[in-house]
Amino acid sequence: MNDMRLMERVVDDTRIKISAKDVQVWYGDSHAIKDVNIDILDKTVTAFIGPSGCGKSTFLRTLNRMNDTIPICRVEGEILLDGENIYDRKVDPVQLRARVGMVFQKPNPFPKSIYDNVAYGPRIHGLTRNKAELDEVVESALKKAALWKEVKDRLTAPGTGLSGGQQQRLCIARAVATSPEVLLMDEPCSALDPIATAQVEELIDELRENFSVVIVTHSMQQAARVSQKTAFFHMGNLVEYGDTTQIFTKPSDPRTESYITGRIG
Amino acid sequence: MTAEATNIPAPKRRSLYQLDARTRRRNASETRFRAYGVAAIAFGMIALAVLLWSILGQGLSAFTQTRIAMDVTLDAAVLDKSGKRDPVELAKATTLAYGKILDQALVKQATDKGLMPEGLSAKDAAGILSKEAPAQLRRMVLDNPALIGTTVQIEALANGRIDGLLKGRVTMESAKLDSNVSPAQLVLAQNLKDAGLLAKSFNFDFITAPDASEVRPEAAGLGVAILGSLYMMMIVLVLALPIGVAASIYLEEFAAKNWFTDLIEVNIANLAAVPSIVYGILGLAVFINFAGMPQSSPLVGGLVLTLMTLPTIIIATRASLKAVPPSIKDAALGIGASKTQTVFHHVLPLAMPGIMTGTIIGMAHALGETAPLLLIGMVAFVRDYPAAPPEGFLDPAAALPVQVYNFTRRADPAFLERASGAIIVLLVFLALMNVAAILLRRKFERRW
Repeated sequence: MNDMRLMERVVDDTRIKISAKDVQVWYGDSHAIKDVNIDILDKTVTAFIGPSGCGKSTFLRTLNRMNDTIPICRVEGEILLDGENIYDRKVDPVQLRARVGMVFQKPNPFPKSIYDNVAYGPRIHGLTRNKAELDEVVESALKKAALWKEVKDRLTAPGTGLSGGQQQRLCIARAVATSPEVLLMDEPCSALDPIATAQVEELIDELRENFSVVIVTHSMQQAARVSQKTAFFHMGNLVEYGDTTQIFTKPSDPRTESYITGRIG
Repeated sequence: MTAEATNIPAPKRRSLYQLDARTRRRNASETRFRAYGVAAIAFGMIALAVLLWSILGQGLSAFTQTRIAMDVTLDAAVLDKSGKRDPVELAKATTLAYGKILDQALVKQATDKGLMPEGLSAKDAAGILSKEAPAQLRRMVLDNPALIGTTVQIEALANGRIDGLLKGRVTMESAKLDSNVSPAQLVLAQNLKDAGLLAKSFNFDFITAPDASEVRPEAAGLGVAILGSLYMMMIVLVLALPIGVAASIYLEEFAAKNWFTDLIEVNIANLAAVPSIVYGILGLAVFINFAGMPQSSPLVGGLVLTLMTLPTIIIATRASLKAVPPSIKDAALGIGASKTQTVFHHVLPLAMPGIMTGTIIGMAHALGETAPLLLIGMVAFVRDYPAAPPEGFLDPAAALPVQVYNFTRRADPAFLERASGAIIVLLVFLALMNVAAILLRRKFERRW
């Protein structure tokens, strides 16, 4: 762990983007998330860490209602995005997901061209008026995802033909293209090699300028490297949430300390 | 627990170069299993080879037909008594008149060339001509009245027994016992053949002509049956594909998973196993008796086959929808695509090859289906071609597999050859559909 870098992790925006209140999630009879209260800040990278099965991915998926696709999943409590409850009956999850984008564990580009992958979101949401604007959006998204230089000459090539790291950055570009306010990332580097991981991590740090980023990770080093805030989940509970520096240097809960020092997990 | 574990002796270490008894037994059982597999495949291949050999052996001869070349003088005094070449008047000359002209021409030709065997009467000599030959000559003349009064060279169909002689089905011995042909007629045919006037040639009529009566196997063709089957396939494709795909998409992607959809699912699987004749009874009761649609029509046949094909298409489509990786759905939903957009932009294109294959397999199944068509009257003897669609969907028609069944029911052994020939045509269509399935699969399968 690079402690020098850890010290640089400072929160520079204290506006609350997402606020979860008493969130409970059930899968059938099993209580997967218990009483989670958390305020996620804007323009900040928040990392969710914890042992496997602790509910961190489940909680991440409640933030853009991807859990709706699981029939037995039930969510209680309130999750406010800019003060509006996303589980309100008036909310259409489709509209929500345009504002809260998601990047998945395994790179999952569509079996279409690189251009079409990135252009898909703007197209279905009608974000552009003509081809020139769409071209512009695609280019800027690819630039934000640090992929433009590598693919600008082969935008019509299939997205699935890229390397793993490039595919994941393409997925990030695809998510960024719809100009979301929050970007959820579910272990975005777990299928990548160390070099690609480093590139994506660097990218996450840059994305912070424009979005609130929430990242689930298995790697504590990664959490320490990229995030300003860290939340530690254990058995469906949010055990501790605070500045990354504090969590990794002076954890207040003994369970957090055990996990960070490698005794549980 | 631990005390017991210590009682188990440690495995003895032996050389790797020596096979122990256990390994030998394992290897032997593997060899045995492979042998069973090879035997099973060999059995299948042999069965297929025997099937093809017997069908091709019996059926290929249906694609050639024996014809007798002769010069026929079309006497104007007989065929056009008014002399005005008026079509209405011309039509009054029946096949009897044409038959007489043909008979005379044949006898004259045989006598002139000294080919008539001893003791064969003129009437019996003319018997080697098909009963269909005068009708063909009449059609030729009605199509082109200018021929009247001239002498034309035609190739008249020979009788089925004479055709059998050239194909080895009829011999002098069998003719002695046969009331339909005499040895003397065979001698005449043999003489004509030696003189180069009687020969086998390719039989286009087998594919294009309509069915013929029981006593004219030489003229029977598959034209109406092929058209009928084609019309039915059109109806099946137009109805079964959209209905099946829509039902599958709804069940797979939209329907809530509860006892009701489970019930529907079980029932669809059961429908696929319902004997096809049951669909025939359903078609008879609902489409013909209740809805009053015409019997023997491709419309009713197509509807029945659609019902029969639907479960196949639904099962295949659902399987290929299920096979689309969930990560693609997640990706689409994750950037805010609606469920419908996700299905139509991403899931359906990926499932397309599977849907195509399922549909074509279902249609191939429907093409070969016989039992339900028997019940809705497609077993009828139909000689008139159905009109062009859509009116033709309501005209009576036959179907290929039913035609096979019809041919095999008839007494004349010449129909056995026709039945096998019809099976060959059916198999060719099935093979073409399978090739289409493979090509479509290749085209839509984009693994990139």
